[in-house]
Amino acid sequence: MKELPGGIGELFTSPDPDEARAHFRTKSRALTNKLMTVKEAVRRFVHDGDYLAVGGFGGVRIPTAVLHEIVRQGRKRLGFAGHTATHDNQIMAAGECFDRCDIAYVVGLEARGLSPQSRRYFESGKVKMTEWTNAGLYWRYQAAALGVPFIPGRSMLGTDTLKYSGAKVVECPYTGKPLVLFPALYPDIAVIHVHEADVHGNARIQGTTIADQTLARAAKHIILTAEKIISTDEIRRDPSLTRIPYYAVDAVCEAPYGGYPSNMPYLYFSDEEHLRLWLEVEKDPVAHQKFIDKYIRNTRDFNEYLQLCGGLGRMIELERLERLIPKPDTYGDEREVL
Amino acid sequence: MADKYTPSELLICLSARLIEDGSMAFIGTGIPMLAASLAQKLTAPNLVPIFEFGGLGAILEKLPLAVGDMRTFNKGLMASSICDIMETAQRGYIEYGFLGGAQIDLYGNLNSTVIGPQPKPKVRLPGSGGANDVGSLCWRTIMIMRHDKRRFLEQVDFITTPGYLDGPGAREKAGLPAGTGPYRVVSDLGLLGFDEKTCRMKLLALNPGVTTEQVLNHTGFELLVADHLERNDPPHDDELRVLREEVDPDGLYR
Repeated sequence: MKELPGGIGELFTSPDPDEARAHFRTKSRALTNKLMTVKEAVRRFVHDGDYLAVGGFGGVRIPTAVLHEIVRQGRKRLGFAGHTATHDNQIMAAGECFDRCDIAYVVGLEARGLSPQSRRYFESGKVKMTEWTNAGLYWRYQAAALGVPFIPGRSMLGTDTLKYSGAKVVECPYTGKPLVLFPALYPDIAVIHVHEADVHGNARIQGTTIADQTLARAAKHIILTAEKIISTDEIRRDPSLTRIPYYAVDAVCEAPYGGYPSNMPYLYFSDEEHLRLWLEVEKDPVAHQKFIDKYIRNTRDFNEYLQLCGGLGRMIELERLERLIPKPDTYGDEREVL
Repeated sequence: MADKYTPSELLICLSARLIEDGSMAFIGTGIPMLAASLAQKLTAPNLVPIFEFGGLGAILEKLPLAVGDMRTFNKGLMASSICDIMETAQRGYIEYGFLGGAQIDLYGNLNSTVIGPQPKPKVRLPGSGGANDVGSLCWRTIMIMRHDKRRFLEQVDFITTPGYLDGPGAREKAGLPAGTGPYRVVSDLGLLGFDEKTCRMKLLALNPGVTTEQVLNHTGFELLVADHLERNDPPHDDELRVLREEVDPDGLYR
């Protein structure tokens, strides 16, 4: 294949499938109990310098409990997959946890606006940036999941997105047309929040799966957080519902409301008020760090954060919003929820 | 006679009128979501909206706040994945893609990545997200933009998403799927298209109360003007009523 001008961006991970195969060979295929606390999972499976990928996307089904713990434990110099990273990016930027980023979408929170802290961080020169697209980053996971070094695609051609990416361009041996080669991306650690999982890591996701089935097959290690731990008998009752297989998973953590303040499809809607508070407080760097201390660094665990955000009362309101259930008449007392 | 309306409401109504009933449209975040919802309720009940994180054929009862939240597959036909949606676009199934951006140039190239140099930007913007994929793979791209000289530029700082690149034949030469490209630009001043021969942006219709001169003065490049300029209707009463009462009752986009 004739190589044509491609991207000049840095590749932060090796696309060599044989290195990945050697790693996957070492992973246990035994059905062991992988249940542990979020603190323990982060201590064991997220190390300074690792390349991190986050499941869900931005405002939907993100593994907030684990992301907070990464900040709390002060992880640094991570690589980060910015695959429509919105609130997850805000959290990682708050802790200045990463120093290189594959960017498809960062800094913004879609229609909610731009994150001042994320912008400051990316404009500070502290982060190396390689550009991609959402499909491009997904295809990179897909190449890894297939166990091949690249996958061809037709996005990015002719643009600066391609020029600042790490993709190569070749002349297709079948059609003679230029074709982008998206290199395999094998993250060291993927963190994914799901609806249900058993203690071995067999997981169910309701609603759209975003790129998580693929990501789970690309990552070298996985921390799963689940709204609910279910029995393996329940998994075996209908195996067609299993989206992520246990052998890919290293840690399973029970984390009810673990996706808050993002949307957990069918369970609870995003907390738009709380997300607005983040955007507002980020305008002032000093106030922002105090905010991060209060909500993340000085809380013991995610449950304490949920308490600070209104606890069960607030979660019930978000469940009503998601399921379009009207609020009961509280006869004038706005503080009442139930 | 319609009562007063905001620039956002005008953009939403003009965009909704471009949506063909029975078509499949790739809906980006923000104004395209309102336009799709409005069209579905008024003129295009059989519109199949597609959202990049896996929602197909949703009934847009409640306004989504993100391109993957539950409302993007509410009462939908399928809840799949970004993988499936992007590959559907790459296979050539998706006719229309709706996009916005910070800057646009005379060939419809969009920038949503950086102002200044990429390695050390003056302003870091979100990046492509799915925009480059939509602009590369959907047949016809419709861009929704605020119209001023800072946004309509001879040259954008960074080509995030391909328009016609540097002119006729450039997309195909770069390897993009044949026959794709920018189709319309909906702005608060008018409706624009692209000249068939030169691929340059061309003014097709003026918004209510806007003159050609005004559009030219707010455009940072030499804009072509159609021989027969149309005049866009202001938002109709029923459009405004449905938009305010049903699509966006909380007034998020007013």
